[in-house]
Amino acid sequence: MPFKVDELPEAPYSFQLVVNKTGSWRNFRPVIDYNRCIRCMICWKFCPDLSIQIVPDETHKLKIKPVIDYEHCKGCGICANECPVKCIEMVREE
Amino acid sequence: MRKVITGNYAAAYGAMLSRPAVVAAYPITPQTTIVELLAKFKAEGIADYKYIPVESEMAAISACMGAELSGVRAYTATSAHGLLLMHEMLHWVAGQRIPLVMNVANRALAPPWSVWADHQDAIAQRDTGWMQIFAENNQEVLDSVIMGYKIAESHDILLPMIINMDAFILTHTLEVVDIPDQEMVDEFLPSFDLPHKIDLDNPRQYGTLAFPNQYMEFRYKMAQAMERAKSKIKEVAEEFKKKFGRYHGDLLDIYRIDGADVVLITMGALSSMGKEAVDILREQGYNVGLIRLRTFRPFPTEDLRKYLKDVAVIGTIDRSYSFGYGGALFNEVKAALYGHSDVIVKDYIVGIGGRDISTETMIKIFKNAIEIKKEGKLDREIEWIDLNI
Repeated sequence: MPFKVDELPEAPYSFQLVVNKTGSWRNFRPVIDYNRCIRCMICWKFCPDLSIQIVPDETHKLKIKPVIDYEHCKGCGICANECPVKCIEMVREE
Repeated sequence: MRKVITGNYAAAYGAMLSRPAVVAAYPITPQTTIVELLAKFKAEGIADYKYIPVESEMAAISACMGAELSGVRAYTATSAHGLLLMHEMLHWVAGQRIPLVMNVANRALAPPWSVWADHQDAIAQRDTGWMQIFAENNQEVLDSVIMGYKIAESHDILLPMIINMDAFILTHTLEVVDIPDQEMVDEFLPSFDLPHKIDLDNPRQYGTLAFPNQYMEFRYKMAQAMERAKSKIKEVAEEFKKKFGRYHGDLLDIYRIDGADVVLITMGALSSMGKEAVDILREQGYNVGLIRLRTFRPFPTEDLRKYLKDVAVIGTIDRSYSFGYGGALFNEVKAALYGHSDVIVKDYIVGIGGRDISTETMIKIFKNAIEIKKEGKLDREIEWIDLNI
C-alpha cells in the first residue's frame, strides 16, 4: 500500500511497512499427512520462513502437530526434504 | 582550560566532553591519536564509555550504528581508506537516520600510497546523506564535534555528520585550544534521545524492505532533513557563540569580501593561508576576499548566491578532483550560481597528496584571478597549481 510522506515515520522500520504475504510466490504447496506424521517437528525447525507453527492436537498422543501457514509459505520444499518419514508431499498449485 | 594540543587531541576532547556511551576504535594514520587519547581517558577513569577495539572500520561504524540505535551516543573516527571501507555503512547510518558524529582526518587515496592531506576521501562520500563540515583549525575541530551532536540529534534533522580535518596540517599540529568545562558542555548538549531507538516493549524490524511505492518517500524525508539542516547549523552556531563566546562561521565563513571583485572559495586548513593572502593583497590595494565553505553538505547554495552576486571572478580552491570533470567545489559552486550570476569561475587544484600550500601559493592564485578580471575572460578553466611540468 502506498503511504503519503507525512504518514510515514521519519526513519524506516518495519511495522509501518507492509506485512508481506509471500504465499502467492508458491508453485508447490507442502501437504502434511497427519496419519503418518510422527510429530518430530523437524519441519518446524528447518522452515526458513517461520511458516510452520506448532499447534495443540488432542487426537495425537504427543498433543501437538505442525501446521503450515500458507499465507507465508513460499513452497521451497525444505520441510518435505527433511521429513524423516516422508509424510509431506509437494502438490502443484493450480 | 587552554592547552596546546593537536587537532586529533582536540577531536578526542570534543568527543569525550560530548559524553558518548560507546567509542568504537580502529587505528589509521593520521587519525590514530584520536582513539589513543580516548583509550587513555577511559584507562584513567576520566571517561566511562564502553571502548570497543573493533576489527575494522566497517565494524567501527557498524558498532556505532548499533549503539545509537539502542539509544546511546556513540563516536568513532577514521581516515582515507578506513572511510572508504565504511562507505556502505555510511549509507546505512544516514538512511536509518542515525545521528552519529565522526571525525575524518582527510588524507589522499592510494595508489600510490600517501598518508598526506587532501580531501578526496571525504568528497567521495558526498552522496551518502551525511552532513560534512570542514574545519580550519584545532579549536574549530573541538567545537564542531560538540555542535555536531546537537545538530545531528535534533529531532527535525536526525542525520549523521562528518567533521573533516586536514591530515597532519590539523591532526598533528599543535595549537592553543580552549577546552570547555564539562558542565558547560552538559548545559549546551542535551542527553541523547533517538525517537526510533530499539524498544523492547515495541519490537520493530530495522533495515527492512520498502517497496517501490514506499521507498521514494523515505528518501524525500532525508532530502528535506538535509535542507532543514542549513538553518539548524546556523542556529546552533549562534547558540554556541552565546554559550562559549566562539564562532567559526556557519555554512560559510566570510572573510573580507566587502567590495571585493575577486573572491576565492576554500575548504579546510588551507583557508588560513588564503586569509593571510587576502590581508597582504588588501594592503596593496587589491579588492579581494575569501569565503571558506565550512559546510560541504548541506551545500550552502542560497548563501553563496547572496554573497557572490556582485563578484566578478571566483576562484575555487579544490583539494580533490573528480576525474573527467574537475574539482568538486568548482562544479558545485558553478551549479549553485547558474542562472543567478554571470561571474567567471576558475578552478585551482592545489595540495593534492599533501603538496605544500603556502601564503605565496594563495597570492599567486589571487594574482591570476585578478588578471582574469582585467582580461574579462578565462585563460583556462582548470589549473593545477605548483605542478612539476
